[in-house]
Amino acid sequence: MTPFDNSIGDLLVFFGKTGNVLLVLGIITFGGFLFRSIGQLFDNRGETFVEMPLFIASLLAILLLAVVSLIWSAFFGGRAGLRTLILFVAAIVFGAWAFRYAGQLLTDNAPLFRDMPFGVAFGYVFGALALIGGIWFFLQPVELDGAPRASVIFFRWAVKGFIGFAIAAFLFRLAGRYLGTNGTRKLFRQMPMTAAFGILVILIYTIVSVFAGVIAPFGQEEVLANSNIVPGGDPAVGGDPDYPLGTDQIGRDILSRLIYGAQNTVGIAFATTLLAFFIGGSLGFLAATLGGWLDQVLSRLVDVLMAIPALIFALLLMTIATAWAPKLGIPLTFFMVVIIAVIDSTRVFRLARAVAMNIVVMDYIEAAKLRGEGLAYLVFREILPNATAPLLAEFGLRFCFVFLTIASLSFLGVGIQPPLADWGTMVKDLAQFINFAAFAPQVATAPLLAAGAIALLTVAVNFVVDWMLHKSSGLKE
Amino acid sequence: MGSVLGIIVQRLALGLLTLLVVSIVIFIAVNALPGDFAQAVLGQGATPEAIKSIREGLGLDQHFLLRYFTWLAGMVQGDLGTSFAQLNFASNMGGTQLKTVAEQIAPRFQNTMFLAGLTAAIAVPVSVALGIMAALYRNSVFDRTINIATLSSISSPEFFLAYILILFLAVLNPVLPSLSNIYEGMELSDRLVRTVLPALTLTLVVTAHMMRMTRAAIINLLASPYIEMARLKGVSPMRVIVVHALPNALAPIINVIALNLAYLVTGVVVVEVVFVYPGIGQLFVDSVKNRDIPVVQACCLIFAAAYILLNLAADVMSILSNPRLRHPK
Amino acid sequence: MSALVEINDIWIEGRADETWMPIINGASMSLNKGEVLGLIGESGAGKSTLGLAAMGFARDGVRISKGSVTFDGIDLINASAAVKRDLLGKRIAYVAQSAAASFNPSHRLIDQHVEGPVQHGVSTRVESVNDGIELYRRLRLPDPDNIGFRYPHQVSGGQLQRAMTAMAMSCRPDLIIFDEPTTALDVTTQIEVLASIRDIVEQFDTAAIYITHDLAVVAQMADKIKVLLKGDEVEEADTRTMLSDPKEDYTKSLWAVRSFKRPGKAAVPEDATPVISVRNVTAAYGKAVVLHDVSFDIHAGRTVAVVGESGSGKSTAARCITGLLPPLEGHVEFDGEALPLDYRKRNKMQLRQAQMIYQMADTALNPRKSIGEIIGRPVEFYMDLKGAKKRERVRALLDEIEMEPDLFIDRLPSELSGGQKQRIGIARALAAEPKFIICDEVTSALDQLVAEGILKLLARLQDTLGLSYMFITHDLATVKSIADEVVVMKDGRVVEQGPKDEMFTPPHHSYTDLLLSSVPEMDPDWLTNLLAERGVDNLGDAAADRM
Repeated sequence: MTPFDNSIGDLLVFFGKTGNVLLVLGIITFGGFLFRSIGQLFDNRGETFVEMPLFIASLLAILLLAVVSLIWSAFFGGRAGLRTLILFVAAIVFGAWAFRYAGQLLTDNAPLFRDMPFGVAFGYVFGALALIGGIWFFLQPVELDGAPRASVIFFRWAVKGFIGFAIAAFLFRLAGRYLGTNGTRKLFRQMPMTAAFGILVILIYTIVSVFAGVIAPFGQEEVLANSNIVPGGDPAVGGDPDYPLGTDQIGRDILSRLIYGAQNTVGIAFATTLLAFFIGGSLGFLAATLGGWLDQVLSRLVDVLMAIPALIFALLLMTIATAWAPKLGIPLTFFMVVIIAVIDSTRVFRLARAVAMNIVVMDYIEAAKLRGEGLAYLVFREILPNATAPLLAEFGLRFCFVFLTIASLSFLGVGIQPPLADWGTMVKDLAQFINFAAFAPQVATAPLLAAGAIALLTVAVNFVVDWMLHKSSGLKE
Repeated sequence: MGSVLGIIVQRLALGLLTLLVVSIVIFIAVNALPGDFAQAVLGQGATPEAIKSIREGLGLDQHFLLRYFTWLAGMVQGDLGTSFAQLNFASNMGGTQLKTVAEQIAPRFQNTMFLAGLTAAIAVPVSVALGIMAALYRNSVFDRTINIATLSSISSPEFFLAYILILFLAVLNPVLPSLSNIYEGMELSDRLVRTVLPALTLTLVVTAHMMRMTRAAIINLLASPYIEMARLKGVSPMRVIVVHALPNALAPIINVIALNLAYLVTGVVVVEVVFVYPGIGQLFVDSVKNRDIPVVQACCLIFAAAYILLNLAADVMSILSNPRLRHPK
Repeated sequence: MSALVEINDIWIEGRADETWMPIINGASMSLNKGEVLGLIGESGAGKSTLGLAAMGFARDGVRISKGSVTFDGIDLINASAAVKRDLLGKRIAYVAQSAAASFNPSHRLIDQHVEGPVQHGVSTRVESVNDGIELYRRLRLPDPDNIGFRYPHQVSGGQLQRAMTAMAMSCRPDLIIFDEPTTALDVTTQIEVLASIRDIVEQFDTAAIYITHDLAVVAQMADKIKVLLKGDEVEEADTRTMLSDPKEDYTKSLWAVRSFKRPGKAAVPEDATPVISVRNVTAAYGKAVVLHDVSFDIHAGRTVAVVGESGSGKSTAARCITGLLPPLEGHVEFDGEALPLDYRKRNKMQLRQAQMIYQMADTALNPRKSIGEIIGRPVEFYMDLKGAKKRERVRALLDEIEMEPDLFIDRLPSELSGGQKQRIGIARALAAEPKFIICDEVTSALDQLVAEGILKLLARLQDTLGLSYMFITHDLATVKSIADEVVVMKDGRVVEQGPKDEMFTPPHHSYTDLLLSSVPEMDPDWLTNLLAERGVDNLGDAAADRM
């Protein structure tokens, strides 16, 4: 039994036959017309329905029909799951109404409750229910009849991780508010938690990747005696305290590879982004300042390169690189850096050019031009200092993009090449362990840790960038 | 209306031109391969006779430009060439029936379209609705939660989201299959069930993008003086959104949707690999690994065409929804 | 009789950087039915905020922290959202500063017009469409039967402003808030809108709060005037009393701005070579020709004001002189020698002699450079002064523009007020030690008192340094106060030019006459007299179009 009714499939097949399309369209249009006509009868102000286009009326009619038929099939078609869902929603709707009404009574019609839209009340009740449900699930026993309850275990890990990071970010922000120079303290005072979390994570990653050789217990290529040791370090279930995260299929320490992965993946992504910025940024500034044919040529070239999706283009070029690399004796990873940098520099070019364009039209640039200043002075002394804020934010975004592209390429097997440890490849190699999650939750953590390491860094950078953009946009709401 | 039509025709022509230039770029890139196709097909231990026959078969002895136009003409007529893997197979096993690239791609292309369509059907309404709500209740708990959630989902690599979904919906709670083995002549309902997980993964990524952009577009609009004017006329909040904000937000929202559908084009590749979904993305990655040039070329061109087409659609739609252009002075 | 609106000791705050800053500190006012209150003050005085508070409305990020607003017995501060919504649009209406931005671009004017009455249940759609057409007619909009069926972008600014007034009138409200409704308009357009607004408010006996920074405008429109300064009430009185006998120093100084006038200068000798001579210049942006055969001279130590409405080609003329826009035909002479057309071909000496001061001081100063660097750069670039000598010169320049060097030399532009930034712009121009300076609308973004200070500074510098100014402006009051000669432009052509005194005494060229007579004067009867003299159908754009 599938959650989908076969009748929907039959219906789709019916729709699919061209002869029926016209018939169906006719029925829908007529339904919309009928709906609108009935509406007009009851619409005494003569606004909502009089001016309603027929296609909107038809859409609304279909929507109405769909809702009615769903409710009908839930209560009279014996769909138990659907019925529970509808009853649940109905309960929240009623709960929201009751919540707002009770609030109005208790607070003597305070503006908060009096002017509360229904949607907000609904949100509060739904949120409260979700919170209660979450706590209840968290308190469930981890084992049932001797077998581990993997869902509960994973849920607990997730909640603990979330709370742990939140506390760390909070403490970090608190420390930032009292340590350091006046400028940084002011910065930390205005910082939201998400940005503090982001900066903390970026700091940790930087330290780990710089000192990977010191921190990691084993080498990244070192093949140890035992393979397939279970993470967690618990000998009872096949772990080993010497290898806290276990070893992979050929016996390499996963923790060490994760730490070296930080160095390789982050380092290569960082270098690539730098290269992309150097190419795209300098060309973009030149195009904006000089204008004319140079701007035209570069812009059209970038238009064409951007018309090919980045990942697809990267894969195409990597195909060619895999043929050249052994011939020239240059590592494939080097090709990858150049290829991704070039592809990404097109995006940087667009932004740098746009930013510089906005600055070039300023009167102070005109004043400098009329003074007789040269190109170098204009670019480096007048334009660049005003472009740093948006470019820095863009650097963060581009880094995330490059990082994800490299991870994806590696995951697909054409990115960073072994023996270098890297997270994308690790996910690919360890992925099958996820299938053991139901009866051995620890085993499934290895691939998720590698994938999570990628996600964590990009999330962190994005949080910081989001905050920077919000700050510089000057939105005071 | 003349001016609008003019602009649209101009955009269409520009799109076509871009596609042409892209085809040149792809062709040049592929021809930058070292050595010769024939060598690439047969590998190191090939006999000179075999290489010669393939060279002639592929027309490699002809001039570069002639080859490009032959290839382009073939593409336009739907003849995408023959896969190297097939050629190799044929040259080793004797002249069996060759499967052309077009025949290989056609069913997979349908599968990919099915996946993308299902994703769009879920993602578009959800993200537009969420975006409008987040804009309405901006800076509330709801908005902040959504902001953090979407930012996280945008930042995560597709395979991370995919494995998380597999973990929760296929392994821990086996409600959906983790592998999407789809074949021809399958029941539609079965097919839907097997496509749900990859579609959900893509939905997570695309919804986050779309929702954030919709929110930004609406907030931008809500700050405009005519919205304040509508409020000061005593219009109800719902009406402010539906009558005053939405018609003007249409252009940016349509733009957002088209751009994200274009993004889907890239997204399918990784997701198809994770779920072993027999789409064009998976074929593309396999061919990249095997250096199967004709297939890589064809897939690349199809992806680029879809991408250009969707961007073009975004352009045209936003021109059409601009009242200044629809009602010229 | 109780007042229609009663504001009592209201305090309003705005959110800035996580803290609440005061915007209005305890203002009070009361307004009877049919009365018009003029609310004046400089930018940042809190006029708009107070006006909106009279509707019980606060913008996002603004809150009313204390006080009461009562409208016809209804407490607007504590009223529920639904009650307020019922009043807004129906009994209290609003006319915004920029009609072009405040009309929804996606709907036709009439659809936006009828929304209020239909939503509030005042009348049906058909009734209110007909009423709208009638209002358009009364507001003297052209083609009233059809104009409502156009989209906002198809209608001109002055007409939109009147359509917005019609929209405010659609429910026949008891009170209308006019928030600087004519500020964005040219003088000739402004006068039509003013006349229409005044008529319709009188016809329907509507009470109004008229917010503006222009004293002359408020004198025409209001029964009584209230003056605000940085959120504080200065004084309030009947219009005529206020104009003839202001009590507070601040109000007096505002009034006095209008009387600043520099003494005339001796005539230029016949054979003198002009510093700048524009000779038959024709210029175009792409294919659109924006200047046609423009010629005028600027003599040493004199100020030539170039006036005209937006789009008349004033700024383009300046771009031709500086060489940013090489003219198609004609040329520019400096001290009798032809300058290269393109600024890139001019030498350092030629560039140095002609400097420019801009309208928007915000975009004219690089926000990342300190004041010392901004003024120091031309000193270093042209005079080759470095180190201590350069600093000495910068300090002297700061002294020259009456700014304390120690206080300002290391500040960034963002730490200065608008007037101070404009002074830095002047110092940067002076640093090149030029003979000739182009002042492009230098006072139009400033408040009147600050603008007066800048004008006085420019006048003093001219006297001490013998500078020549090309003064581009649309504000005829400024022209009256500082110009020696006037060049009037319209549609890219010079329509009249000559010494100021000749220009300001009749008989004028008909367009100059129209421009001059359209400038509101402080006399409260000015508009009435003008209407009597010219007739309602011979105002502003209508008259200009006939020329």
